[in-house]
Amino acid sequence: MKNFIYQVVNLVLLRHAAALKNRCGHALNTFPVHYYRCSEGKFEFCFTRGHFKKVILTGLCFFTLALQAAEPQQIKIAYMTRQQKVPAALSNLDPFIIDKGIPGADLAIADNNTTGQFTNQHFSLHIETVALTGDLSKAFNRLGEQGYAFILLNLPAQDLIALAEQENKGQLLFDVATRDDKLRSELCFPNLLHMLPSRAMRADALAQYLLKKRWQKWFLVLGPSVEDGLYGSAVKRAAKRYGMQIVAEKSWMHTYDARRTAQSDVPVFTQGVNYDVLVVADEQGLFGEYLEYRTWKPRPVVGTQGLVATAWHRTHEQWGAVQIQNRFKKQAGRWMEEEDYAAYLAIRSLGEATTRTQSAAMEKIKAYLLSENFKLQGYKGRPLSFRRWNGQLRQPILLAAARSLVAVAPIEGFLHPKSELDTLGYDQPESKCQ
Amino acid sequence: MKEIRWIFVAVLLLFCFDSAAETVFVTVEKDNTLALLDPLAGKLLKTIPIGQRPRGIALSKDQQQLYIATSDDDTIIIIDANTFTQVGQLPSGDDPETFALNPSGDRLFVSNENDNQLTVIDIPNRKVIKTIAVGVEPEGVAVSPDNQWVVCTSETTNMVHWINAEKLSVEANTLVDPRPRALAFTHDSQQLWVTSEMAGTLSILDVASKQIIKTIKLAVPGVNADKIEPVGVLIDQDNRWGYVAMGPANRVAVINAQTFEVEKYLLVGQRVWNLAFSPDQKRLYTTNGRSNDVSIIELENHKVSKSVAVGRFPWGVTVKP
Repeated sequence: MKNFIYQVVNLVLLRHAAALKNRCGHALNTFPVHYYRCSEGKFEFCFTRGHFKKVILTGLCFFTLALQAAEPQQIKIAYMTRQQKVPAALSNLDPFIIDKGIPGADLAIADNNTTGQFTNQHFSLHIETVALTGDLSKAFNRLGEQGYAFILLNLPAQDLIALAEQENKGQLLFDVATRDDKLRSELCFPNLLHMLPSRAMRADALAQYLLKKRWQKWFLVLGPSVEDGLYGSAVKRAAKRYGMQIVAEKSWMHTYDARRTAQSDVPVFTQGVNYDVLVVADEQGLFGEYLEYRTWKPRPVVGTQGLVATAWHRTHEQWGAVQIQNRFKKQAGRWMEEEDYAAYLAIRSLGEATTRTQSAAMEKIKAYLLSENFKLQGYKGRPLSFRRWNGQLRQPILLAAARSLVAVAPIEGFLHPKSELDTLGYDQPESKCQ
Repeated sequence: MKEIRWIFVAVLLLFCFDSAAETVFVTVEKDNTLALLDPLAGKLLKTIPIGQRPRGIALSKDQQQLYIATSDDDTIIIIDANTFTQVGQLPSGDDPETFALNPSGDRLFVSNENDNQLTVIDIPNRKVIKTIAVGVEPEGVAVSPDNQWVVCTSETTNMVHWINAEKLSVEANTLVDPRPRALAFTHDSQQLWVTSEMAGTLSILDVASKQIIKTIKLAVPGVNADKIEPVGVLIDQDNRWGYVAMGPANRVAVINAQTFEVEKYLLVGQRVWNLAFSPDQKRLYTTNGRSNDVSIIELENHKVSKSVAVGRFPWGVTVKP
């Protein structure tokens, strides 16, 4: 009979060893000869060491926990976005992608669940797409009522701010879309994490590379939107930071008609200025693509078009990136976009945190994510982590042309006492969030 | 008199050739070649064109054949270790990178990164025996010298998967630090050493309990922590010293295998990747991916003695006595 019980306990232990390890930590600490020995059928060994009582207690603890452990721990994640209006196409080259972000989230869920087989955890994703005219706030509340503690938000900055202000149920929000600096260094929402680099981070990445190339005289071209203005401000900040000179700044007031633009406007627009590079701020992509090769002087174009600073790019293959590019393409049937990468990282972060803490409690997860122990593999050659003061994901930034990866920032030689990744964007002393 | 001098030179030459019987084989990832080195002379003997993107490499037990993963050809090729002609292929599955042989040399275990599985190949019959589901992006593979365990790391799941070598099924999983890459057993099969690239750590696991008994954080003064990304790892036969290739930190860590203290960091080439011992364990060879060379480390005094240019992105290394 005794043998039979031992065997049953051992069997169960083998099955659930990993999940049990953490939950039975307390019992283990009081018992030096670990249950693994017991799990290999060496129960007698423990016995003779005079730990009979503890052996029984530990065994019972495992036995009862093992019964519970058969049910995997459920981690529910929500993803919220708003239906998008298809914008006027500048050209027919790249189809408009309606679901940016979602396949990235799906891939991360699959990855987390592969890991979950071994840790006895299960991740599920609920996608909430709010109609164009739908009420975001209501939908967000509904998610709260349904008990979603982790929510990915693929929304413009304004909408995101409204929801972050509304958040009061102890939810952890992941911003997988915005680049807004104000959101990151002035508004300081404690339960909001930003997965994509801010405009300041991107502009700094470009500035580091341009400084390395000694292309120090910039001609800044601003598009018409508010976002273009924000990008322009980030460029100016970077220029000042790295000792660059903005020798000219002009707003693009011409047409957005490719044929006309191409032939006449650009040469005239760029004439009469002595500069090294044209820095364009056109986040919507209305005219930026047509500047290259049409300037008065032979000068490269950087910024939102030409050489771009981005969290992810299809030309990126180093550090295992080719693996995830392939896995993503196989699953989604298209290239991975920045929002996909952001959603992937958000859910992978949750996967890491739940595996390491063996918990799905929001406060515990958040504490782990913001701790020094959190190191996420992001296929960019360095461990990714969060800036504790503002929840921004620290990460290398890719500088990419259409078909080649040109450089990865931080560029070698830009030093920082803690992490070179913090040479990009607002560092702790510059941020209002602490 | 003159003749005697010539004979003397000839004998000396003969002696040199004799002592240089050991050959180092290096896969050169970007050049699609296999480089042959004479480590004592510190010379590149020749390079041989081989399949697309050669990476993992191992010598067969009888030392007559080489197995080389040519990743972009999705196969492991078998070539004659003397004539370098291809004699066969193994059905490795997609994009093979690293693999390990069992002690008797008739089974090969290869990780398939894109499919989250480990493929077990019967070498004599060139057949897949089994595919075993493991974590996301499996990478390093090793077989314990006592042939009890096959282990593999999964880079995204961050685990060591323990596979019973007889039953070929996963029996345990140990969570380790982020992005585990390479692993190596001690010669007595009592410990397993695992490097974690993103954490910059080496974890030492007790094979009996499958638990981490020590985590060593590698740190080099003047090098930021996020540039310390350990990859290849080896422990010598006497269990005296362990060696860890530290990637972009451009160093090999020398670790006392008894006290687990890092005794030294040896500066080698850039982005040091994989390691191999000479058969007498007097030297250690390292592939340095970004400086395109192989460093030779003298293990008696732990000094880097030579570096030999081999071509673009040297990756794997193995030695034929």
